[in-house]
Order: sequence, then C-alpha cells, then structure tokens
Amino acid sequence: MQDILDELESRRARARLGGGEKRIEAQHAKGKLTARERLELLLDEGSFEEWDMFVEQEPNELTADIEPIPGDGVVIGWGTINGRTVFVFSQDFTVFGGSLSEAHAAKICKIMDKAMSVGAPVIGLNDSGGARIQEGVGSLAGYAEVFQRNVNASGVVPQISAIMGPCAGGAVYSPAMTDFIFMVRDTSYMFVTGPDVVKTVTHEEVTHEELGGATTHNSKSGVADGAFENDVDTLAQLRRFFDFLPMSNREDPPVWPTSDPYDRAEPSLDTLVPPDSTKPYDIKELIEKVVDEGDFFELQPEYAGNIVIGFGRMEGRTVGFVANQPMVLAGCLDIDSAKKGARFVRFCDCFNIPIVTFVDVPGFLPGTSQEYGGIIKHGAKLLFAYAEATVPKVTVITRKAYGGAYDVMSSKHIRGDLNYAWPTAEIAVMGPKGAVEIIYREDRDDPAKIEARTEEYRARFANPFVAAQKGFIDDVIFPRNTRRRLCRALRLLENKQLENPWKKHDNIPL
Amino acid sequence: MRLLTFAAMFRKILIANRGEIACRVIRTAKRMGIATVAVYSDADRDSLAVRMADEAVHLGPSPAAESYLLADKVLAAIEQTGAEAVHPGYGFLSENAEFARILDKAGITFIGPPPGAIAAMGDKIESKKLADAAGVSTVPGHLGVIEDADAAIEIAKGIGFPVMIKASAGGGGKGMRIARGADEVADGFRSAQNEARSSFADDRIFIEKYIEEPRHIEIQVLADGHGNVIYLGERECSIQRRHQKVIEEAPSLALDEATRQAMGEQACALARAVDYQSAGTVEFIVDRDRNFYFLEMNTRLQVEHPVTEMVTSLDLVELMFRIAAGEPLPLAQKDVQTNGWSIEARVYAEDPARNFLPAIGRLARYRPPDTTDGSVRIDTGVGEGSEISMFYDPMIAKLVTHGPDRAAAIDRMRDALDAYYIRGTGNNTAFLSSVLAHPRFGEGRLSTDFIADEYPDGYVPAPPEGDLRDRFLAVAAFIHTKVSSRARQIGHAGPPIDPVEPRSLTVWLGAEAVEVEAQFGEGRADIMLDGRTISIAAGWRIGDPLLAATFSDDAGIFQIDRAGTGYRLTHGGAEAVVRVLTRRASALNKLMPEKVAPDRSKFLLSPMPGLLVSVAVEVGAQVRAGEELAVVEAMKMENILHALADSTVKEINAAPGDSLMVDQVILEFE
Repeated sequence: MQDILDELESRRARARLGGGEKRIEAQHAKGKLTARERLELLLDEGSFEEWDMFVEQEPNELTADIEPIPGDGVVIGWGTINGRTVFVFSQDFTVFGGSLSEAHAAKICKIMDKAMSVGAPVIGLNDSGGARIQEGVGSLAGYAEVFQRNVNASGVVPQISAIMGPCAGGAVYSPAMTDFIFMVRDTSYMFVTGPDVVKTVTHEEVTHEELGGATTHNSKSGVADGAFENDVDTLAQLRRFFDFLPMSNREDPPVWPTSDPYDRAEPSLDTLVPPDSTKPYDIKELIEKVVDEGDFFELQPEYAGNIVIGFGRMEGRTVGFVANQPMVLAGCLDIDSAKKGARFVRFCDCFNIPIVTFVDVPGFLPGTSQEYGGIIKHGAKLLFAYAEATVPKVTVITRKAYGGAYDVMSSKHIRGDLNYAWPTAEIAVMGPKGAVEIIYREDRDDPAKIEARTEEYRARFANPFVAAQKGFIDDVIFPRNTRRRLCRALRLLENKQLENPWKKHDNIPL
Repeated sequence: MRLLTFAAMFRKILIANRGEIACRVIRTAKRMGIATVAVYSDADRDSLAVRMADEAVHLGPSPAAESYLLADKVLAAIEQTGAEAVHPGYGFLSENAEFARILDKAGITFIGPPPGAIAAMGDKIESKKLADAAGVSTVPGHLGVIEDADAAIEIAKGIGFPVMIKASAGGGGKGMRIARGADEVADGFRSAQNEARSSFADDRIFIEKYIEEPRHIEIQVLADGHGNVIYLGERECSIQRRHQKVIEEAPSLALDEATRQAMGEQACALARAVDYQSAGTVEFIVDRDRNFYFLEMNTRLQVEHPVTEMVTSLDLVELMFRIAAGEPLPLAQKDVQTNGWSIEARVYAEDPARNFLPAIGRLARYRPPDTTDGSVRIDTGVGEGSEISMFYDPMIAKLVTHGPDRAAAIDRMRDALDAYYIRGTGNNTAFLSSVLAHPRFGEGRLSTDFIADEYPDGYVPAPPEGDLRDRFLAVAAFIHTKVSSRARQIGHAGPPIDPVEPRSLTVWLGAEAVEVEAQFGEGRADIMLDGRTISIAAGWRIGDPLLAATFSDDAGIFQIDRAGTGYRLTHGGAEAVVRVLTRRASALNKLMPEKVAPDRSKFLLSPMPGLLVSVAVEVGAQVRAGEELAVVEAMKMENILHALADSTVKEINAAPGDSLMVDQVILEFE
C-alpha cells in the first residue's frame, strides 16, 4: 500500500513542478510568480483543491517528440476566499508558455461548468503565450469553448480576470467577456495583435507596454478595471474585491458586521459644494464619508474620471456607487463615462447589488469628436442600463442636474426608487445663463438685462424645489445626514419587487 | 487721555479681524455678556467666526486689501451695527495708528493702545531711540539714517562684526542682511536698500550688532489708563522658520529670576514712556550670556498670548476690554503669579519638505485632539470642511498645552499632535512632533536658528526607529488581525482568530520585512520579536483614523490611513506604510521586483478643449506630485490640473487666456 501512496505523492510532486526549476527561476526573474504560488496568495491557506493535475494533451504528429507535462499549462480547481467558494484557473507560463491546447481549454471549461452548477464565482489568472500552434484548430476550438462558457456564465456568476503576463490574440476575448479585468503593472499586457504585426501592417513602432500594458488599458482604452503594483499586490486586492461580490445571481450580496453607526452625521458635507457654482469639488469625499468605514473600492479610477464607479458597503452590505465627478470635465457625460457607468450599472443589476447615484452633471460634452464618436448611442447605454435595472436605486442630487443628463442619472422617471436632493441642487433644463439666452433672445445684446434675467431664473429654477413640487424629488435633505438617509432607504428597499416584462433579452444600443 | 473712567462695560463690540483670533475674542466677549459683531470677506462667509458672532457684516471681496484692511468699510460696519468698541486682533488694522485715530474721532473705543503709542513703536529706528531714552537695553548700533555704503562700512567697523543691516520699515526678513566683514557690508547695504525700496517704498537703512545664537524672548505688559503698568512674565519664541514663530513657550529656560525682573521692568519703563494702555509685547533678543537687547514693541495682542494665559490663568482679552472701558488693572505686579509651563505649536497648512510653503485646500478631514481635561487648548477658526484659502495666513490652529513643568507640557503636546488628524491640506503636525521630540529642544538649547540648523532641508517624516519601530510593528499586527478576522466572518469561516495559538506574521515596514510571532486576544495582542514582547491593548473600531494604544510602559495615539492593501501609520513624527503578510506570502513578496518610479509624461496636456485660466508655476519651478499646475476652464467649470510626479518645469507653452485643444501641451517638464 505504502508504495502506491508514494507513487501518488511523487506524481503530484512532478505535476506541481510544472515546467521545472529552470523555468520557475525564469518566471521569478521576470518579477512574476508561478501559477501555484499565485493561487496560494489568492485563496485561504490550505483551501485549494486542485483538479485535473494529471491531464495531458494527446500528442499529434507535430508534438510527438515533445515530452508532455502533467497539467498541460493550467492549474484548476476550487478554494475559498474568507471562507466563500471560488473556482479558479491559473495559467502556468512555465509549461509550454502557458499556451492553450484542447486539454488546457477543457480544464478551464470544467471549472466553469461546475461554477455554474453550484453558483460560485470564477477567477482566471491569465499568463499565456496564446494558442498552442502545434495543436492547430483544436486550440481555436478550445478558445471558443471557453468563450461560450464566459457568455453563458455572464450575469449568472461573477467572473473576474487577472492579467498577470501575456494575453494576446484570440485569448483576450475570454477576459473581455468577464465582468472585471485587473492587470499587473509592467508584467502584463493584452492586445489583439502584437507590436510585430502592427509594424508590418501599419508601420507603427510601439512597445508591448505602450500597446497593451496596464497603463494603456487602465487610462486609455478602458479595457481594464484596475492596475496594481505586482503579483502579490494584485492578488491581495483581488481578495479584497471578492469580498464585495455575491456568489451568484441567485444570492444576495454578502454582509459582514460593522460597528460604523448607520446614522453617523458628517457636518462637513454641508460645505462640500462650494458657494461658487463654477468651482469643482471632489465627489469621492462624499462617497468616502457615507460608506462604512470610509472603505470604497474604486474601479477604473484612471479612466473617464468624470464618472466615479465602485463598491462600498452600507451597514455591512455591498452597494454600487455611481457618481459624476466635478473635478474632471466638470462631471459631464461623454462617450467614455457613459460606457463606464453603463457597464457597472448592469453588473450591479445582474447581481442584486443596490445602486446609489450621486448626481452633479452639467450635461453631455459637446463637440464634433463626441458626435462623430456616437455619443448618441453611447450615452443611451447609460440611460438604458439605469432604466432596465430593477435593483434598489437611490439617487442624491448634490448640485447640477441639467437637461437630458438629469434624466439619465437614475432619475425618478426611469424608476429611481428614492430620489433625494441637497439644498444646493439645481434641477433644470440647463444652466441659468444658457436658458436666459434662449428664452429672452430679444435681450441678447443687453448684458444688464441678461444678467437681471439670469438672476431671476437662478432664483426661480436653480434649486431643488421646482422638482420637489412635482414629486420628482422625494425629499430635500441635509448633506450631513446623507449616510443616515441612504442607510434607511436601502433598508426599506431590501425586499423590493420589480420585474421587467418577459423577453429573450433586451437590445441595448451597443 | 481717554474720557472713559469706570464706565460700564461695552454692550456691543466689533471684531475687525477673522479666523482664530476673531473666534478667540468673541469667546471672551460672550462670557462677559458683550454682544459681538464679526466682519467677513467673501471667502469667510461661512466661517466659524461669523457663526459664533451675534451679528456679521460683509466687508468685500476675499483679498485682505479689499476687505479686512479697509478702515472705512469697518467704520461703516460699526455704524451699521452700533458697536461701541473695536477689537482689532493682530495683523490687518491692529497696528494702524491712523485707524485708531479715526475711531477716536468717531467716539468709538479702540481696544488697544492710544494712536500715539502705536505710531511711536511702529518705526524701527524711532522705537529704538525711544527705548534707549527710556533706559531699555538696545542692540549696539547706529540709529541715524545711513547715507551710503562707505558710511555703512565705517559704522559697521565702529560696532564690531558681525553686523545686521536692516531696513527701517522692514519686517518678515525682507531687507535684512548679515555682514561678517567689511567686504560684505557694501553689498549687503546695497541689496538691503534695493529690497527695502521695492518692498516698503522706504529705503532708509540702519545697522546694528548681529547677535549670535540669539533667542527670541518677549515680555507681556499690561497698562491701564490710571498709570498702572505690570508685566506678566516672558514668552520664548525662538523656534522660527522663515522669520515666523512656530513654537512658543512660557516661561523660558534661558532666563533666571534677576534677568526676568530686569527685562520686565525695562519693558514697563518703555510702556510708561509712550503712555501705553492695553496689552502689549516688548520683544528682546537674548544672547548666550543672558545679555538682552530690545528688538521692538508690538502694540497689540500677540498670536502666542495663550501661553501667558495658561501659566497666569488670566484672560488677556478680558483685561484689554476692561482697560479700554476705563477700568483700572485688577492686579498689581506682586499679584502676578505663574504656574507650570505652557507650550504653543502653530499648526499650519504647509509643506515642511518644501521650505514650509503653504499647502492650502479644503480640510476634508479634521479631528482636533481632546481638550476636556483643561491641559490642552485649541484656538482655531476652522473645522472639518473649512477651506484654508490662498488669501490669508495658512494657519489652521494654535495648539497649546500646559503641564506642571516643561517636560510635562512637552509630553502633552506630543500626545496632542499625535491625535491631531488633518487631511485634505498639507500640514506640519509631523514636523512639530519631530521638533518636540528633538533632544536639543528637550534640553532647551534653543536659538532662532534652531530650524535652519536642525532641519536644513526641511522635514520629511522619517520611518520609525527603536522603541517607536516596535510600536509601529505591534499596531500593524493588531490592525491587520482585527481586519482580517472580521473579513473571515463574511463566509462564516469559523472562529475569527484563535486567541491562544501564536501566529507567525511578517510585518513589512516600508521595504523592510520583520518577522514576528503574535498572540491575540480580545482588544489586545502580544507581539514577540528578537526575544522581546510588546504588549498592546486598544479599543479600535475598524475604519477609525485614530487608534489609541496602550503598551506595557506607555500609551499613544496612532493615525491610520488606508494605503493599498496596507496602512500608513503616523505617530511621533514618524510615518511608515505597513503591510502584514503570512510568512509564505512574505517570502513570495520578496521575489517582487523593486520598482523605480516610472518616467511620467514630460508634458502637461490639456485634458479637454477649454480656456487656460491660469498657470500656477514658472519655468524652473520644482513641482511635487499633486501640486496644482494650471487651471483650465471648460463647460463653465474650472478644472485644476495637478502634477503627476515630482519634476521641474522646463518650458511653459501656453498663456492664460489661450484657448486649448484637447491634448494641447500646456507645459513641459525636464
């Protein structure tokens, strides 16, 4: 018996060695950890159960001479993060460069299928040179099998991708279809075609980092949701992030105990909005002062900064926050911010996460680049996302809510459950000056008259009370009491029932 | 002479000032049942002083020259409100003899000295002559106006080197030069004269002996309208930066009883010589042999008056009110008693790493230390959510402590600074902590060069060392365990943390990894490292920015800010980012490459189409990450562009008023 046990142990040891000591050293030299080291950091100590450790790709005429390596370049299984189940795959760059074969893909599919059936999230740690070319179309089939599962799982269980090395070509479309992408600075990149092909086709000279590094995707393309210093940091942040997410669309978001009082007053919020309405202020101060313990996990912080999105907790329960940021582009909506906000709202709606929206929006960004870029359809995404969402939606207008952008930002009219305004709110079709110039067109050339009219208009319309008279605002609240009002609102809406009409799926303007 | 004698106390006064001193005057007035009128500029519309006062009158736009410095605006406010008297605070109109004279004429009481005394002490040369005549010890020097550089050299030789060349109308270090030999005199004279002409439109220059290792010690005097003059002991204000006081104390270690008395009597003699009334301060410079020389007399309430109040238990503002109302001083010199030691530290919104330049902004988070036991006093005009604006002095508060002796006052101050939580603007609390903890400060070897000597490159919070390091490690392990044990409750992963089993942890303190064994209990932990055990107990709530820790032999407050997956701890003038990992995670962390700060873009680009409103820097300026570079207006909103990294400005490519396209270069870095 003992020798059988020994045999198992030695087979396991062999599999755990992946591509061997030398390749592990090379991996470390690049500042990267191995697939199994990463899982150690991601999961609770001792919680990982590995599956398919002994899987090997069947050889073909091109690979007959290559010694197969057990595991075939990807480590899969399940474990826990703070005790909650998560399915994982972690590509092993030390084994055939982490390249994807049919067997490799089948392993990924295995945990995705299981995640769907038990209702638990999937985290993929990507570090792969791409398709295993020797496998030919089998490898392409493998990708497609994974893609199909990404799509099936979308909106059923949360899917998170960490890009921890190369991820190029068709391989990018699996992370692209997951809910969130985290990247490691300097050691990861993603692109559909690499610098060599780019050079051949367009004669552009570009580095891997410039084309698809963490900075590019976090500040330019908006493909990624976060960038972190190194493997250790990224995995620690992933653990922190995971704690915000529900297990599946069948479950409520997680709760943990907090001793932060629900009615904590923040008197300084009374002076957050500057007296001069052209002066910016930092909307994140509001978010950080209302969430539990000041703990806000911002997503895409470096991209489309005119809208802020991320998770916080209220009374221990996860809440998604969407806020216009007056510090960037005056908080106006544009193509990038609308897409950023819309995708986040839809994630929250998929997974029963209530949405709190803070509004200070002067309108949509004007200009040819916006119109040519299709702001009409992109802006509609955010409107669509809010309007279709059935989760609790609580809105607070802090200052400007002008024009169509007012409607978009979780207004009463698109099923905002509770809509509050600060006394500083200005809810109107447009700012006083613009409005006066249109309404009193005949006085256009008389600055004194225009100014007087503007003051009149400001006094009459630049406040929350016109909207409140119509019931579009449920209450005008003291800024200092925002946390208490939000906590009470979210408690009230905890068992909210609302369903959209049956449909195969909607047709959001993509 | 005033006509008011034994008149009733004022019913209503106006405070012609702002900020903490306005609040401080209002506080005493309220206690005495006097109604108060505040005045304010645009920037101070929602200030604490305005809220505290019974009435408030708007003066004008934010710049002081268009509001607080306008005597006629203040007069209009007096008329409008029917105030009987004006307290000028310090600065602004407080030493403006003309203002005092106008009030006099209008029948309004100026709560301060008579115009003649203000005028007499307002000129450096005149005041020195007067002091000389009154038998006050003055710095050897030439009191006459000096014609040219050659005359200056002759005079300097007569006095003996080193000498100080000073503008007669000078202040704040402007128009001041030190010359250590004849060759330096000519240059110094000319440059001081130029600077004096451009700064004060008055190029009169005088020369006096330069005192080495000088200490700044001043005498508080009180004089009433009945010929009574007393002094309330001294204040030492040697800790200065950029010629501005930062830390003051009363009494001073430098004086013995005989010197104190001699200085006090001379100060009183000077007050008598100018028919002084009200509170005033005679400033002296004291050398290492306890020789003291008259510097100047400040004819107003000093910023640092609270340290005198703490050791004498007197309310100087109340006494100013009583004197102004014509009452005689309620105490004689023999009744003046001092008790214990008091220290004041000025908390500024400034950057100690960058020559203490203002670092203004909104006080997004502001939590002052506890003052309930009476040993800590905070004079401030701001609270959380207030704006420290560019228009005025960037002082946030005066933090004052009292103890039975100097060491106790220092201890209280260090604790209070640790508990002073300020975020949103830069601030100097860590620097102040460092000074208070400095051995030279503890020994009292002070001079006005202290900061320049000990902090020649400014101050950047240092990582903790020795005992302090042990405590940082213990606090880090404590916080981490509390947070991670709560996180485990999310998945009902079993009991939070086994209270008995020691756990092996590695605390990363900045880039240094320290292995510890930790044993946790409810609200406490024992951390073992290198054969030592550090016991910590704390009642800390997750998310609270302050942690009050009790160690086996001491207690202290730590400031905690989230920093990625770790925390930034601040305590005792030291600062470190801490991260707690398991041994295994730590071993893997050691494999992570050390990263050099990435080379950020060399250009500041306009993020949007808009109008360039202003550029805050000049070519050659060294900028720090987060510093404001330019303001671009778009969508009728001002957008402030900040530096992403430390750098030097190489070229400015756009001018205010320019219309910018998106991604247009505004400036270039080196």
